[in-house]
Amino acid sequence: MKIIIATAVATVLGATVAMAGATKPQDVAFEDGAVAVSVSGTAGDAAVGREVFANRRLGNCLACHVNSDMPELSFHGEVGPPLDGAADRWSEAELRGLVANSKQTFEDTIMPGFYIDTGYFRPLDDFAGIPILNAQQVEDVVAYLLTLKE
Amino acid sequence: MGMYLLKTTAFAAGLALMAGSVAQADEGATLVINEELTIATTAKAPAHLENIDEITSGWIYRTKETQALQMDDFDNPAFVFVDIALDLWNEVDGTEGKSCASCHTDGPEEFAGLTATMPRIDKDGNLETLTEVVNRERVEKMGAKPWKYSKTNMASMTALIGLQSRGMPVNVAIDGAAAPFWERGKELYYTRVGQLDISCSNCHEDNYGVMIRADHLSQGQINGFPTYRLKNAKMNTTHGRFKGCMKNIRAVPYKEGGEEFKAIELYLASRGNGLTVETPSVRN
Repeated sequence: MKIIIATAVATVLGATVAMAGATKPQDVAFEDGAVAVSVSGTAGDAAVGREVFANRRLGNCLACHVNSDMPELSFHGEVGPPLDGAADRWSEAELRGLVANSKQTFEDTIMPGFYIDTGYFRPLDDFAGIPILNAQQVEDVVAYLLTLKE
Repeated sequence: MGMYLLKTTAFAAGLALMAGSVAQADEGATLVINEELTIATTAKAPAHLENIDEITSGWIYRTKETQALQMDDFDNPAFVFVDIALDLWNEVDGTEGKSCASCHTDGPEEFAGLTATMPRIDKDGNLETLTEVVNRERVEKMGAKPWKYSKTNMASMTALIGLQSRGMPVNVAIDGAAAPFWERGKELYYTRVGQLDISCSNCHEDNYGVMIRADHLSQGQINGFPTYRLKNAKMNTTHGRFKGCMKNIRAVPYKEGGEEFKAIELYLASRGNGLTVETPSVRN
């Protein structure tokens, strides 16, 4: 079990290290909730981001948000606001900030911070000290959200 | 408006995929069991609740099919386990050569009303759960080994005992010696945990009644526990359910039977003061 966890952590670390110029979660600079610069140092891929958005083990954004760009998937959640037209309402920097850590914008929100690795308590071993999404996945989701226009 | 149309369409698509095996939850339905026992599935919130006016049983958030299973004891799969418990009730175990029935000669009916007041403060001033009471009796009176906290025999026995209170109003004490345990449970209820950094209240107080993907969020009431879940086809204890919830938010669960879960159980039970004991209920 320990070996499996160690391998998983090593894989995640390896992926992070491999991304030149990635910003560590604790070093992300928020300004009024927004993050101006790509946290991975590279551009996001909207097509990959679409998958991360829907994947229950990754973003699972659909668990809480209606998204009419995904009519092929059933059971859109209702906990958060619908994301139709998100790119009309938020700038790229604001969307990046909302994905990375929405509590910087909405203090008491239920929405998890997807790019934080501290500040939460009693995490399961497999998730301790790592963010829900890695830097590139954050950028991929942001790139995808920027396609949601009405 | 467009959003609601979309949701309806998405939901209809989901139904089609599942070949019509689910129906929308009927939040206005009335729960009558065996055509004679009417259960209050909504009630005025107890005075200590600051953010909710009305409390609601988890039954109302379930699909019509799931709701129906609880309306007749012959359809309710939990009664398989009630029968198991009746066998255990009469089974001699331990060094004293006794069964439950040896002392409790009037049968499980002796415990009518007990579950409605659990957990409670014991004679030493500690918070005790029904599970602990059963195990204390097994050890002290029967000379038998305690059962594991959430295994089938214990979950079945607490379901049998809970059934004796079915139809009675939940009424746990939260004052006096119970107060510090209740405060602890309340504190834990509002504390965010896990990688997802979510508290009980985030889902079950702030968002009950809405869908989280395919699941309809309830108030997290425990008036129907132990409950038969279709998901795992067995009796589920409160502490077992808390554990599952914590794993879902990627948190290390507290220990079953430990002080945290006991305090949470007391606090949750008190949030249901005024609802009706439904044990053994059926959930998804």
